[in-house]
Amino acid sequence: MTTDLTAGLGLKPQHYDAALACPADGLWFEVHPENYMVAGGPRIAWLEAIRARHAISLHGVALSLAADAEPDPAHLKRLAELTRRIEPALISEHLAWSTWRGAYHPDLLPFPRTGDALARISDNVSRTQDALQRRIAIENPSHYLCMEGHGWGEIDFLTELAHRTGCGLLLDVNNVYVSARNLGYSAQTYIDAFPGEPVMEIHLAGHSPDPNLGEALLVDTHDAPVAPEVWALYERLIARIGARPTLIERDDKLPEFSTLFAERERAEAVLRTPFAWAA
Amino acid sequence: MGRVMNAGMINDLAPGALARFQDGFARALLADATGPVTAFAPGIAALAAQPAFAVYRNTVIKGCIDALQANFAAVAKIVGDEWFRAAAAIYVRAALPTDPTLLRYGADFAEFLARFDPAAELPYLPGVARLDRYWTEAHSAPSQAALEPAAIAGLAPEALAGAVLHPHPAARWAWFADAPIYTIWSRNRSGDALGDDLDWRPEGALLVRPRDCVEWIALDAAGCAFLDVCATGGTLSEAAQAALDAQGNADLARLMSTLLEAGAFGRMSFNNNQQIEKEHS
Repeated sequence: MTTDLTAGLGLKPQHYDAALACPADGLWFEVHPENYMVAGGPRIAWLEAIRARHAISLHGVALSLAADAEPDPAHLKRLAELTRRIEPALISEHLAWSTWRGAYHPDLLPFPRTGDALARISDNVSRTQDALQRRIAIENPSHYLCMEGHGWGEIDFLTELAHRTGCGLLLDVNNVYVSARNLGYSAQTYIDAFPGEPVMEIHLAGHSPDPNLGEALLVDTHDAPVAPEVWALYERLIARIGARPTLIERDDKLPEFSTLFAERERAEAVLRTPFAWAA
Repeated sequence: MGRVMNAGMINDLAPGALARFQDGFARALLADATGPVTAFAPGIAALAAQPAFAVYRNTVIKGCIDALQANFAAVAKIVGDEWFRAAAAIYVRAALPTDPTLLRYGADFAEFLARFDPAAELPYLPGVARLDRYWTEAHSAPSQAALEPAAIAGLAPEALAGAVLHPHPAARWAWFADAPIYTIWSRNRSGDALGDDLDWRPEGALLVRPRDCVEWIALDAAGCAFLDVCATGGTLSEAAQAALDAQGNADLARLMSTLLEAGAFGRMSFNNNQQIEKEHS
């Protein structure tokens, strides 16, 4: 079902009309399912209208898969209902936690990558896939903190998670770049080491320097165009693993739809480039 | 797998370590950023002491405040950005969202404002917050066609008296005995200036969504009392009596027509018991 997806765009309410009318082949749109978990009304009607013309990806932020607790059954049920209603081409979530002891923290929070955490997250991903009757993709998060106590490297952790649960991975190239800059490792080495086979989707987004700390801390703000360094990593990745559905994410300082669409066209052109190994 | 053997492996042997980490991290997120980090467990203190910890702290609090500002647009317009965000920050620290659909965040924000000392000079603020909340509830309520006015046109007077009109799932109404809340709310919601012509009087409001978008009209005390009875399954005759009790000079025919035209009702049923009682009396 995902093979005909090319490059997609995050869907924002301000762009509904332009998104609905856009005729591009293979174009798809991604939304946060939490924004559409309503009984009725214009929000869900807009999404259904877009869905009638384009494929949709549901990119969750609140299952809190890395919490030391099972996903909230009520939230999982609402996600399953939305999945039945929208029939998304892709479903994804994050290697992070947000809901803890009933309180929702609207962010993607870090944790020490231990064996315990891997067992818990594997169980949570399996429960989610069982409830949705779908394979989901798990995204590498952005990192800001130097944290002691990681028993696993992130790529090994994600690879093992995919092995244990059969889930796919969502590789956010901007998150790799931001994390590598913040924590002091090579983004290129990370990209080159990431397993290609389980990658179901790729994210590209913009980042900004922290208002107080400047270039010493990059923040995954999604409020700017994709940076040149991130485009270079993306081209390198696609040359190695081949084409994958690729999303341009933009959540803040929203430009005209045509500006975002131009970034989407650039990603689409990269996806059409023959693989390095096939040349 | 290329598993890194280091100090972190100790965590693998400690059941509940992840839960303890999350308890500590969540507490540090909401703690006073200028306070000492020594209040936290050593592992959490080492994270909270890093300048980058502010990214998480700010994102969580900002996400909640942004949601409240979107959900309570008229309140925010009345008090201004700075006042609203300062008040919202206090609310957020006391009550994080329990539902990740942030459209539903702030269910008791009106009650918070009623207890909030700095808002004491604006006694109409909780009422405005209540209408903002009703807008959100109407906006996301189940979609359903409204009962057509013609549906009751052909009913015999006796059948009409025993009919039960069920409010539309999106309909919300409230009577405010102390202030012109409807005028204050609707002018701030629609962007109209709140002129000097504000007549300080009791007012009610009805919000409906008979089609795509939320619509609203002013509703008098009789109308609000009428709908209160309809919502509990009372008959039209009972609702009419409540309307007259609330407002002796109520024009019932006009009220019915106003409510039906607005799309306030979703369906109609008949209270058969009452019919049977009448027949045996």
